[in-house]
Amino acid sequence: MSLPKRILKETERLRNDPAPGITAVPHEDNVRYFDVTVEGPDGSPFAGGNFHLELFLPEEYPMAPPKVRFLTKIYHPNIDKLGRICLDILKDKWSPALQIRTVLLSVQALLSSPNPDDPLATDVAKHYKEDLPGAQEISREWTEKFAAK
Amino acid sequence: MGKRSRTLSTTSDIDNNHHPRKRSAHSPVNLPTPTSTKQMSDDAMSDYYSDEEMEYNYSDADQDVDDVENEEEEDYAQFTPALPAKKALAWDVEYDSVEPDQLREIVTKDVDHVAGIFGVEPEIARALLRHYKWNKERLIEQYMDSPERVLASAGLPIQLGTFYPSTSRTPAKAKPTPRSKTFSCPICASTQPIDMAMALPCGHTFCSECWEMYLVSKIKDEGECDVRCMEEGCAMRIPTAWVTKLLDKSTFERYQELLLAAYVADNKNIRFCPFPSCDLAVITPNFSPTASALSTTVPTVHCGHNHTFCFGCGEQQDHRPLICAVVKMWLRKCADDSETANWIKSNTKECPKCVSTIEKNGGCNHMTCKKCKHEFCWVCMGPWTEHGTAWYNCNRYDEKAGVDARDAQSRSRASLERYLHYYNRFANHEQSARLDRELYAKTEKKMEEMQIASELTWIEVQFAKRAVDELVRCRTTLKWTYAMAFYLEKNNETIMFEDNQRDLERAVEELSELLESPIEPATISELRSKMTNLTVYVQKRNEIMLNDTAQKYQDSAWIWNVSVPEF
Ligand SMILES: [Zn+2]
Ligand SMILES: [Zn+2]
Ligand SMILES: [Zn+2]
Ligand SMILES: [Zn+2]
Ligand SMILES: [Zn+2]
Ligand SMILES: [Zn+2]
Ligand SMILES: [Zn+2]
Repeated sequence: MSLPKRILKETERLRNDPAPGITAVPHEDNVRYFDVTVEGPDGSPFAGGNFHLELFLPEEYPMAPPKVRFLTKIYHPNIDKLGRICLDILKDKWSPALQIRTVLLSVQALLSSPNPDDPLATDVAKHYKEDLPGAQEISREWTEKFAAK
Repeated sequence: MGKRSRTLSTTSDIDNNHHPRKRSAHSPVNLPTPTSTKQMSDDAMSDYYSDEEMEYNYSDADQDVDDVENEEEEDYAQFTPALPAKKALAWDVEYDSVEPDQLREIVTKDVDHVAGIFGVEPEIARALLRHYKWNKERLIEQYMDSPERVLASAGLPIQLGTFYPSTSRTPAKAKPTPRSKTFSCPICASTQPIDMAMALPCGHTFCSECWEMYLVSKIKDEGECDVRCMEEGCAMRIPTAWVTKLLDKSTFERYQELLLAAYVADNKNIRFCPFPSCDLAVITPNFSPTASALSTTVPTVHCGHNHTFCFGCGEQQDHRPLICAVVKMWLRKCADDSETANWIKSNTKECPKCVSTIEKNGGCNHMTCKKCKHEFCWVCMGPWTEHGTAWYNCNRYDEKAGVDARDAQSRSRASLERYLHYYNRFANHEQSARLDRELYAKTEKKMEEMQIASELTWIEVQFAKRAVDELVRCRTTLKWTYAMAFYLEKNNETIMFEDNQRDLERAVEELSELLESPIEPATISELRSKMTNLTVYVQKRNEIMLNDTAQKYQDSAWIWNVSVPEF
């Protein structure tokens, strides 16, 4: 069984048939480390932003999930100051049948539908729960300030 | 109390003084056997049995002891003096110590029972029970209602028998095109011969190597024994047959451990012995450590290797009479305040008279300065002469002195001093118990030497061992009474509590002091009788202390000076 084969195949597909609004390019010196960009989904406070992330495939991949982190500052209840993401498929709901592509699509979907009931950034989650329009306004401001294309 | 022969039943009575009502079903706690016993030949044994020295008579114990009979099956413990049988303490819970194999048998019995009722393979029953957290009643009720729903929720195929427990190496529903001799595994992206494909009843097909890696990572890295299908969102359970087939020996052993651990975790009446590298478990058939039960009792148990621990919180000691929730508070406080308390814990202090450094080297609090011969109390540093028989004054936090202290100093200082007062005594008994043990080791060695030079035998040392065991036990009680006193609201109950504490403490220190006295062949007989009597007395005081606190828990008579969270 050659695991890198799966990584190569995934990389190839990400290049030839990219998911809309998502790019993932491996480093030349480390094929397990990807520079990722995700476009903020339309209709969300993150629309118009271009968010940078890093993605790393650990030795155990695909038995263990990839490690994904936002590098662009973002005001979101499930993403903390360090850019760590609270997403079930990156933790206990991981399945080896999932791929880099599906992971990044899930991250993009998280931008469309924040879940303040399962918060990672508790202060942001509180803001989202108590004053949704106000919180979304901050998210928009941050998107303009930090994620402008 | 009438006559009592020193037979095995006596032995178990002695044993039962400390853990009464322990059942013997699963070879419970054995008394520790000294290595010297094991080394003795049968002939030597019978010599000891007929030894005149074996006839003890204890006025305090209020009983006679018959001559020892020459019974081969009797074990060494009978040589320890018989003590009065005790009523069961209010704390005691009924329990068994079980070996991993016995535990597996218990699990198998549960599994077979359910398998019999449902008419399914044991593996299915086991998976169902695990899914229902071993709540047999609820499982049976819901299965009778709708087996399909129950099976599906547990990640089992509805059509049983087509899959479980047989090992299927060919896909249940072949995904690849029928003519294909190869298939492409979506996990590793490799093309492989079709017979490398393995599918669960859900139809999800992956190569055997991927299944194996997946199982190993779930079991070894994540400690998970309920492994589901690799496909995202699919709950189908992987059969044990696959686990057996695909895994190496060490991973399979880990899997078995996890299965057992899951059973124990789901079962409130079972707890693994918390001592490192001990694989025994303790079962309490009639006791569940609920928050309300643990607010009035401390379920101290002993595993078959004689490790003492609390069935409620897993603390590796007998923390009676203080309940788990308060023990937790106290230990956290001690950890937080360790900096301030450190100086008190240290083994050295200065002589109050000549200020030369003195090291405490025995459990006894009666100190004599080597330099100026000044005698003082280690606990309060006051002169020993003032203590005399009333030395126990230092078990109380002197309210009057406390008031003065509050006048002179800030309130926070007073509260720290109050804490240090109790902590000092708590730590002192902890340290003394250790020193008593060390002292005993020295004594035993000395006695072994004397045994060679004289007619004395290893038996002579047993009374000292009993004394030390009792000392350590009572110091443990005393230790926790100080933590308890720290949290108790002052009232009539606490006055009585402190009286009992003082009586126990005095007896303990007296016995501790006796243990320090020189052992000479000429006086050993006298020393033995003195020490044995005192041991009996100390044990009695300990029991009074524990019985009284237990009773007042039952009567909800203890009032804490802080709010105690539910455990
Ligand atoms: Zn594969
Ligand atoms: Zn499946
Ligand atoms: Zn143990
Ligand atoms: Zn406890
Ligand atoms: Zn001195
Ligand atoms: Zn002394
Ligand atoms: Zn004193």
